[in-house]
Amino acid sequence: MSPILQGIITIALGVGGCIAYFYASNLVLDKVIFPPRGADPGRNINRANMVRPWLFLFPAIAALGLYLAYPVVGSFWRSLFNRNGTEFIGLGNYQKLAADDTFRQAVFNNFLWVLVVPALATFFGLMAAQLTDRIKWGNIAKSLIFMPMAISFVGASLIWKFVYANNPQIGLINAIRDAFHLQPLDPLQIPFWNNFFLMVILIWIQTGFAMVILSAALRGIPEETVEAAVLDGANPFQLFFKIKVPQIMPTIVVVWTTITILVLKVFDIVYATTGGNFGTQILPSYMMSYMFRDDGRATAVAFVIMIIVLPVMIWNIIQARKEMR
Amino acid sequence: MADLKLENIAKSYGEVSVLKDINLDIKAGELIVFVGPSGCGKSTLLRMIAGLEKISGGTLEIDGVRMNEVPPANRGIAMVFQSYALYPHMTVRDNMAFALKIAKMSKEEIDAAVEKAAKMLQLEPYLDRLPKALSGGQRQRVAIGRAIVRDPKVYLFDEPLSNLDAALRVATRIEIAQLKEAMPDRTMIYVTHDQVEAMTLASRIVVLANKGIAQVGTPLDLYERPENEFVAQFIGSPSMNLLPGEVVETGEVTTVKLARGGVARSTVPTRPEDMGLKVNIGVRPEDFVPAEGEAIYTGHVDIVEALGEVTLLYFQPEGDAAPVIAKLPGIHHDRRHSQLSLSADPAKVHLFADGRSLLYR
Repeated sequence: MSPILQGIITIALGVGGCIAYFYASNLVLDKVIFPPRGADPGRNINRANMVRPWLFLFPAIAALGLYLAYPVVGSFWRSLFNRNGTEFIGLGNYQKLAADDTFRQAVFNNFLWVLVVPALATFFGLMAAQLTDRIKWGNIAKSLIFMPMAISFVGASLIWKFVYANNPQIGLINAIRDAFHLQPLDPLQIPFWNNFFLMVILIWIQTGFAMVILSAALRGIPEETVEAAVLDGANPFQLFFKIKVPQIMPTIVVVWTTITILVLKVFDIVYATTGGNFGTQILPSYMMSYMFRDDGRATAVAFVIMIIVLPVMIWNIIQARKEMR
Repeated sequence: MADLKLENIAKSYGEVSVLKDINLDIKAGELIVFVGPSGCGKSTLLRMIAGLEKISGGTLEIDGVRMNEVPPANRGIAMVFQSYALYPHMTVRDNMAFALKIAKMSKEEIDAAVEKAAKMLQLEPYLDRLPKALSGGQRQRVAIGRAIVRDPKVYLFDEPLSNLDAALRVATRIEIAQLKEAMPDRTMIYVTHDQVEAMTLASRIVVLANKGIAQVGTPLDLYERPENEFVAQFIGSPSMNLLPGEVVETGEVTTVKLARGGVARSTVPTRPEDMGLKVNIGVRPEDFVPAEGEAIYTGHVDIVEALGEVTLLYFQPEGDAAPVIAKLPGIHHDRRHSQLSLSADPAKVHLFADGRSLLYR
């Protein structure tokens, strides 16, 4: 069968299935379950109308339940079993995590990432948005700053691995050091600070995202409030920090929390650069290192990450809603 | 306290000229209203005085000092915007105090100035609210308060009432008039497209049209003695009727024979050489009276609009000329579809040749 024909049949089945579902379910509701007949037809009509919204909601709720709710419950359940999933061990995986130094290191590093990456990405994004706003080549600058967004995390990691390469012929850092006649070194093996060198990669990628959103928000500020502040004697710094930034605060918070959630999920950068060695492990890459070896432990880490992300997520949604109003 | 002098002020955006040859002397304590049709540049002129727009040509002086290059904050002006332009993240108190904080005044001074302005505008109960918790009228009062605290030499108002509903507009208009009364030595410049605001507030009105000033004068000057057809038709509602004709008798009283029949007499004097001059006579709708005998206009009443205190009668002349409108006191529903002759007191009949009033030459 040709792919086109397959596509058409799929569409026909899908659309037809939807129509058939809504038509048939409403028919059953109106004719069989609550027919407008019998002792109290008015009551039956009211009841049918109360049930009807749920008929329409059911497919979406079922799909969300299957693909979002079930995996959460399923993961938690799996995390209570041993590595093969053959033996129920209760919170044993969590106890093992708590006792594992690498896990504690990963939590600490992740804490650093959450502290540094969203703050700097938002800050640089805000600066870029403001500074590129009024200049002629601002749009070109914006495109350049935004471009890393189009690169995959692994791709970006490889690019930065070249920058950090322990060879003055390849690595930018060591080329600069070489110019000052310093010995080459591997920045990714410097304890503690190597975490920050990895963060730079994510900041580099996310600044573009922050810039685009914040640039739109800055343009949404009513021009009159800025003019009024100019008349009130505010200088450009006061204008920016006292009039503009407070007005886009909700957007800044949304950008901040969105990047925070992302930071708690990104494993690629650590995975592709240090593989979690030299004290750079973070939770997502720690989880990856146990995946397929010990699924019980890996799902336990996943669940810990979810618990950490949850409050940020809720905060994010509240802010986004506030902004929409 | 501050005189303003505008000399040959011009504004252009690239090749496009928006305003040119604006000459205006504003005395301290005057309330000047800029009116004009949409796009005539009245807001642009105000923004040039404020310093928000660059002046493309000419000089602006405040108290004899050239202001063209002085930054807005140092011009001694404060502006009230149409959209209020309140800082949404600051309370009413902080909104009013912002300029003073920037100027690094002491906290006591700031508090005193804010309290005083709040009292004046009855904003005291709202000082700790955010602008979004205020009604439109209250927001505009905060915007005015923000101007008052700075105690500027010149107040600039850019259509401050046009975002308010009708009832509030009248109330706020009266408040602005009282504010002016309370500060007789402060100069105010007020931009509006609403001629009722212009007529009621202004000590002098500046009518802007065609990139320039059409006329400057007191409200009644503009109403009674318009310099040109534009001002004649712009001030007053419905606008003045213009009827073409030819001068047939000159002297202290001029007689004009009208193109559509009818004869008009005007106390605008003419010289013997004006005999045969093509003119437009101008009669305000409210100056028409039903005539017996000699009439300026005789026609068929097409539409009657009874507004209660007055009735508007619309006559559609032949061809596509603008309708002739008469405003008669009382209610006259029975006039519809009747023939009616109109005349007017010669003292109320204006004469225009080539668009300019014969009164000024």
